Amino acid sequence: MPNCKTVVPYNGTPEQEERLRQVIAEHKGQPGSTMPVLQAAQEIFGYLPEEVQIMIAEGLDIPLSEVYGVASFYAQFSMNPKGRHQISVCLGTACYVKGAADILSAVEKKLGIRPGSITPDGKFSLDACRCVGACGLAPVMMVGSDVYGRLTPDQVGPILDKYE
Amino acid sequence: MNLVRSHILVCTGTGCTSSNSLKIIEAFERELEAQGMAKEAQVVKTGCFGLCAMGPIVMIYPEGACYTKVTPADVPEIVSEHIVKGRIVQRLLHMESDEGGTATSLSETTFYKHQLRIALRNCGVINPEDIDEYIGVDGYAALGRILTEKIPPQQIIDEILASGLRGRGGAGFPTGRKWQFTHDAVSPDGVKFVCCNADEGDPGAFMDRSVLEGDPHSVIEAMAIAGYCIGAQQGYIYVRAEYPIAVKRLEIAIKQAKDYGLLGDNIFDSGFSFNLELRLGAGAFVCGEETALMTSIEGKRGEPHPRPPFPANKGLFERPTLLNNVETYANITWILNNGADKFAAIGTPKSTGTKVFALGGKITNTGLVEIPMGTPLRTVIEDIGGGCPNGKKFKAAQTGGPSGGCIPASLIDTPMDYDSLGAIGSMMGSGGLIVMDEDNCMVDIAKFFLEFIVDESCGKCSVCRIGTKRLLGLLTKITEGEGTLEDLDTIEELCYHLKSSALCGLGQTAPNPVLSTLKHFRDEYVAHVVEKRCPAGVCKNLLRYTIDPAKCKGCTLCAKNCPAGAISGAVRAPHVIDQSKCIKCGVCMDNCRFSAILKG
Repeated sequence: MPNCKTVVPYNGTPEQEERLRQVIAEHKGQPGSTMPVLQAAQEIFGYLPEEVQIMIAEGLDIPLSEVYGVASFYAQFSMNPKGRHQISVCLGTACYVKGAADILSAVEKKLGIRPGSITPDGKFSLDACRCVGACGLAPVMMVGSDVYGRLTPDQVGPILDKYE
Repeated sequence: MNLVRSHILVCTGTGCTSSNSLKIIEAFERELEAQGMAKEAQVVKTGCFGLCAMGPIVMIYPEGACYTKVTPADVPEIVSEHIVKGRIVQRLLHMESDEGGTATSLSETTFYKHQLRIALRNCGVINPEDIDEYIGVDGYAALGRILTEKIPPQQIIDEILASGLRGRGGAGFPTGRKWQFTHDAVSPDGVKFVCCNADEGDPGAFMDRSVLEGDPHSVIEAMAIAGYCIGAQQGYIYVRAEYPIAVKRLEIAIKQAKDYGLLGDNIFDSGFSFNLELRLGAGAFVCGEETALMTSIEGKRGEPHPRPPFPANKGLFERPTLLNNVETYANITWILNNGADKFAAIGTPKSTGTKVFALGGKITNTGLVEIPMGTPLRTVIEDIGGGCPNGKKFKAAQTGGPSGGCIPASLIDTPMDYDSLGAIGSMMGSGGLIVMDEDNCMVDIAKFFLEFIVDESCGKCSVCRIGTKRLLGLLTKITEGEGTLEDLDTIEELCYHLKSSALCGLGQTAPNPVLSTLKHFRDEYVAHVVEKRCPAGVCKNLLRYTIDPAKCKGCTLCAKNCPAGAISGAVRAPHVIDQSKCIKCGVCMDNCRFSAILKG
């Protein structure tokens, strides 16, 4: 998964930073708190820019390298901003044997982006994910929290057109 | 509690929720109100019924009518016909349950007939968000009996040992022995931990999720019992963040158990205290490995470390730790309530009890099935699963996900138990069972799993980090038609080294999908290498699209749609594809109305 430094400038609001400070205060000193704080931070900011990682490292009083080490290890954490609509095409085994690769290339073709990136207008971001657990509906794609199952490549375009 | 005439059970597992079951519940509540039946019937949100292919599923009791593929638009009819007039809505009934005009017991259908639900006993039966319903089916009775009668921990451990229960996470280590080791281990400060592995990372497996979504208290109760047995007061459930419904129901269940005094300090006035915390996984397959999981709970990069020391002696925060999988815990209270003998009588002598499988891929009845250990694969594929759809031929079943192997059609009579599956180069794994038909290329499947492993390898040991990448490189070469027969030998040698020298289970088992496909489908590998041909027609570089001149009407549709301009021909005359220009996108095949395009 490409997880390199983003070129989008940091634009966190004071409110967001205040919420993060609260989360850090709640967890400070507890064993194993790095991941819950990172999860909360991603919830607040939508992603984990360098500025946020520095705030967490200083807040929890742990090395920035440790924060970055954890953030870069897990697939759930993203250092790039996400689109207004996040698309995840499931590439789990059940979906794969039912042609998920064709669904993914249909989305790529439609939006002109690769998994792990975002459209220039910030509308869609695309990720390939490992199993959303709806294997009975394979192949599956999620747009935001909407689940589309039993897909064929020609359904992809009309589905994406519905999103503003 | 209100007494009502009918109970309307609606599945709210992930599968049915994805196909709109929450809207169905709203519609039922609205419609019952509108037709004046709100006091006569109650809508219950349940966990998974198992028959995910037919979702969303609505069950109505006392008749036991099972309605499938229900839409919100069907709800007014169900209420006015079934609830008001007592007439079953035939057109929505699950196909097999309508013999003789009345709903026959669902347990008689071929999908359920061969099943025995122990771990899933409460899924689809109770409302997982209501602790009273769990208590109503003997929930927390085992914990209550143990604590109030002060049953010695050793007696409980002996019972688990006698049941023969083995770890359902995949490796099949005897659960009782794990409990014994952790019970016997000495902690420097007396602190021990109980953990639950709910990081179901095998893509295509959703057994644990369904248990957590449908019956979270059974896991909580078993963990409290485990805590009592080994002397731990703190437990952690490590659950995937990708399972929002399971996480929510666990949170509700833990809170309810605390409110009832079934978790927390001095449970049942026994002096025993036990607390549970949730830890969300963040999407790393390696965290299903026990040492990596514990490192992750500690908030670090989820990297495994060598064993020994085993977690039973030095696990979470360097204290003795008991770690079991969700499904293992779900069996515990059943064993304690029904007796170890009864459990040991199910299945085979060495693999007792049942196993839940997530049946997926090219199979008619995708869903969740629980069968006695030792049931032949044929029963699962042909009877329960209803075979491959569209009349396609069954080619292989894959168990154990990226750590497992393929079972070819020739071994379809293999009994599904730990030892039989291990003997043919596959493994039980956590319970993913993916069915493949003749349209699936086995080299491509092996490559698919390797891609997954390369993505998920944590990088700590070079054998796995570099070895899996090299393997993937070789497989890619073969699927692109550049492979040699020598590569096949190199692959085997690399696999052998990986198996023997990788640090953790992820690396050690990573070669399994490759080795088992190479063993059972060697001719397919050879076809890729020697004939430069993909028999299943999957590997793009080896594909050739051609036009059958006898069938081509010269309608020009393919030539108009070809993005590469590779098709030429006169109107009303057979067309030809220029292979040097063809990009193998398949658009011509999709557009041809005369089935004149051939792929192979």
